[in-house]
Formats: sequence, C-alpha cells, structure tokens
Amino acid sequence: MSSLKSWKEIPMGGVAYRLSTDVKTGDWRALKPVIDQNKCTKCMICWLFCPDMSIIWDGEKVYVNYDYCKGCGICANECPVKAISMVPELGE
Amino acid sequence: MVVKTLPEIQVKKGEPPYKIWIFEPGEKKELPLIFNLRQLAEQRRPALLPGHRMCAGCAAPIVVKLASFAFRGPTIVVTATGCLEVSTTIYPYTSWALPWIHNAFENAAATASGIEAAIKAMKKTGRLKYENVDVVVFAGDGGTYDIGFQALSGMAERGHDVLYILYDNEAYMNTGIQRSGGTPKYAWTTTSPVGRVIPGKSENKKPIADIMVAHRIPYVATATPAHWMDLVKKVRKGIEVNGPAFIHALSSCDRGWRHEESISVEVLRRAVDTCYFPLWEWSPETGYLLTDRSLVIARNPSLKQPIEKFLEVQGRFRHLLRPENKELVKQLQEYVDATWNDLLKRASNAPR
Ligand SMILES: Cc1ncc(C[n+]2csc(CCOP(=O)(O)OP(=O)(O)O)c2C)c(N)n1
Ligand code: SF4
Ligand code: SF4
Ligand code: SF4
Ligand SMILES: [Mg+2]
Repeated sequence: MSSLKSWKEIPMGGVAYRLSTDVKTGDWRALKPVIDQNKCTKCMICWLFCPDMSIIWDGEKVYVNYDYCKGCGICANECPVKAISMVPELGE
Repeated sequence: MVVKTLPEIQVKKGEPPYKIWIFEPGEKKELPLIFNLRQLAEQRRPALLPGHRMCAGCAAPIVVKLASFAFRGPTIVVTATGCLEVSTTIYPYTSWALPWIHNAFENAAATASGIEAAIKAMKKTGRLKYENVDVVVFAGDGGTYDIGFQALSGMAERGHDVLYILYDNEAYMNTGIQRSGGTPKYAWTTTSPVGRVIPGKSENKKPIADIMVAHRIPYVATATPAHWMDLVKKVRKGIEVNGPAFIHALSSCDRGWRHEESISVEVLRRAVDTCYFPLWEWSPETGYLLTDRSLVIARNPSLKQPIEKFLEVQGRFRHLLRPENKELVKQLQEYVDATWNDLLKRASNAPR
C-alpha cells in the first residue's frame, strides 16, 4: 500500500472496493501441486474441493493457477486416480 | 470507486474461471442444480473469489463455494464476524462475487432479518428489480451457538425467509482457538488446555440443529462439504422453503483441529463415517430423515467406524490416544452411540 487514505477518502460504510484477486496468495505455498496430464481423467474432483479456486478447467485440460494456490494438498488427497503430486517449492 | 480487476484467463469452453455475479433487472432466475462435475466446472462460478486469506486447507471456503452452486439467482450474503468474514474482506479487498454485508459478531441473523423485511417491503411497493432476492447467512459456531444465538432464535421465531448456514469449526478460531458451545468434549483448545487438571473441554457439544428443529421452522439439516451433493441439495431446499431454514455444516480447521492441511475433506468424511456427525434433514412434514452416507450406515451398521478413526488424525485429541485415557475414549464412544441410536429412533427412514 503506497499511502494510507484518510477517513474522508474511503467509501462510506467501509465498503471494500477492490477484488481479492489482486492478492496473489500463491506465495504462501511450500508444496506445489503438479498434475500428471497422462493420469488425469478430468473428473473435476480437485476443481470442486479446492478452497482457493485455483484449479482451472479450460474445456480441454485441468491445470493449477499458481497465482492463488496455497499448496494445501487437498486436491492431491482427493484425486481418485492420484494424478496430483505435491512437490517442494524451491525458493529463489 | 469500484476497481474491477479480475484476471483474464482464456478458456476454450464455458465461463471464464472468475466472475462477478450480475443479474440484469427483471431477469427471472431459477438456476438449475448441476450434479455433473464437468458441466458444473463449465457453467457455474462460486460466490467466492481467490485471493482470500483463509489458511491453506481451511474447509470454510469449500462450504461457501459448494453452497453457492445451489444459489438460484440474485442473492445477498450476510456474514457474522469470524475467520470467514475477516479473511475474505481484508480492507480494501473483498473476495465476494455478490452483494455481501458484515455487521457485527452477534447479529448476523438480525441483519439478515432486516434485509429480508426490506426486500418484502420493496416488493410490495414495486421497487424491487427482481422477482426474488434470496438472503443467506454464513456464521461460525461462536457466532451461532453462543453470542449470535438470540438473534438466530428471534429470526426463527419471527419467521424471516432466510437461510442460515452455520460453518462449524468447533471453536473461536479467528481469535486463537477458544472453546465454544460447539466444541466437543475432551477437545484441546487454548481455553480448555490439556494438562493435569482437565483433559480438554469438560462439556459436550450443544445440539444446535435439534434446538433449531424445536423452533419448528420449515427446514433444518446437517451437512459437510465432503458430502457435496447432499450439501448442495440441502442448500437449495433451504433457499426454496418459505421462511427460515438452518443448515449445520461441519467445517474442518487445520489450525485449530491440528490436522494435516491436505486431509480437511477426509476428516469430515471420518466425522460422518464414525457417526460423530450424522447427516440428516428435518421438516415439519417429514420429521427426521437420514441422508447420504448416514442413511447407508443405518442400513448397513457394519460400516460404522469406531470414534478413534475421527480422533486419531487430529492433534486436538492427541492426548486421548494415550493408554491412560482409554476410559475417556470409551465415554466419547458411548456418547456418539447414544446420540446415533436416538437419531435412528427418530428418523422415519431408518430401518426398523
Ligand atoms: C462482540 C464481539 N466480541 C468479540 C469479538 C472478537 N472476535 C472476532 S472473531 C471471534 C471468533 C469467532 O468465532 P466463530 O464464530 O466460531 O468463527 P470462526 O472464527 O471460528 O470461524 C471473536 C471472539 C468481536 N469481533 N465482537
Ligand atoms: S481430481 Fe485428479 S483426475 Fe480428477 S480432474 Fe483433478 S487431477 Fe484430474
Ligand atoms: S494445493 Fe490446495 S490450493 Fe492448491 S490447487 Fe490444490 S487444493 Fe487448491
Ligand atoms: S484458523 Fe481455521 S477456520 Fe480460520 S481460516 Fe484458518 S483453518 Fe480456517
Ligand atoms: Mg468457529
């Protein structure tokens, strides 16, 4: 945040005016889900349970949006064919 | 002032991954329920956007996500203070893709009652732009069993057409895991610490859903996000009935329950498999009805798992697995068996 706004400048009633999609929670991640496209049956179970809306189905394949994925591993645990492995993030 | 900056992600088929819910005035919406997952993934977007700051692996956003797949059209969400509210609306950001309000900790049901009354009044005077606007509350266990209870009971008594969804993580998690009326017996919390004096919380969990049944409102149910079809169907029923509805959704919290982040859905499955948290619904017409996995267990009791299966994966119950605490586990098992047998007696679809 560059400069804090005074109470006169913020919207009335404390209305939040920006979308949280601006906040990239992907940098929380310690483990990274990697989908084996050869194993994936496109069942969408991982898409359904991901608490961070980070599994994308683009109509052809299932992939992870690493901008938001926090690396919880629920997708890997729930995948019926074990197509997702959790691999350690190698920090910069 | 609204700054809309949804990331643009190209898809070959279906809706873009992240969307704000917008309904044109006059638009009559009866969104059908979708149970085919690929179809759901193409056609529906949850009410919650990513970028929220709930812990990795928290089940509460899954409860909201699944529930929103059952919303039928224009919907206003009210949230009580708690993890879900705080972490989805850290100023100036919001994760909500639809109209949302937070007022205070104790009054989510009162706030929702007021909104519902305003909707009714606007409809009467021809000022409502939509055929119907649904009001849905999400509140934690602290905000429901304890501090928010009088507002909830009043909303039920006055008969407001609101669906109230309790996401029950069994403690005051947002302020650091304090015990609530929803915390189970012998669970460790920071205000029921395990030590030489007490083996965790001394009291049993309050039967909140049965208390709501006693209000004789049109619809009451229990649910978990692990049993997602059951949850989606129940949320739609709760929205459709005329008058108050209450859904008690168990919601794992890896921070407070002290379990691996990856098993948040698994632990809820175990809660149902052990009959610690049976799935049922109730209406004045049908009485108690078992649903989903709990109905399967009632028909085939050999599927019922021992309570240890629920306890063993959670650090908050770790002390119970020590040999000297065998007696406490036995007590918990007896309590679960008694409440389960009691439910079997009440449920009209349980085998006799
Ligand atoms: C009147 C009032 N008392 C206390 C608080 C502090 N407080 C904020 S969140 C919270 C805990 C909420 O617990 P719960 O309803 O179970 O939701 P959870 O955080 O567990 O999801 C408390 C005590 C408050 N905000 N307002
Ligand atoms: S759960 Fe597994 S098989 Fe199913 S879509 Fe996800 S990665 Fe593919
Ligand atoms: S690791 Fe967790 S946050 Fe990341 S995609 Fe899987 S379920 Fe979603
Ligand atoms: S403390 Fe628990 S309920 Fe709160 S965000 Fe973290 S996991 Fe979820
Ligand atoms: Mg709580």
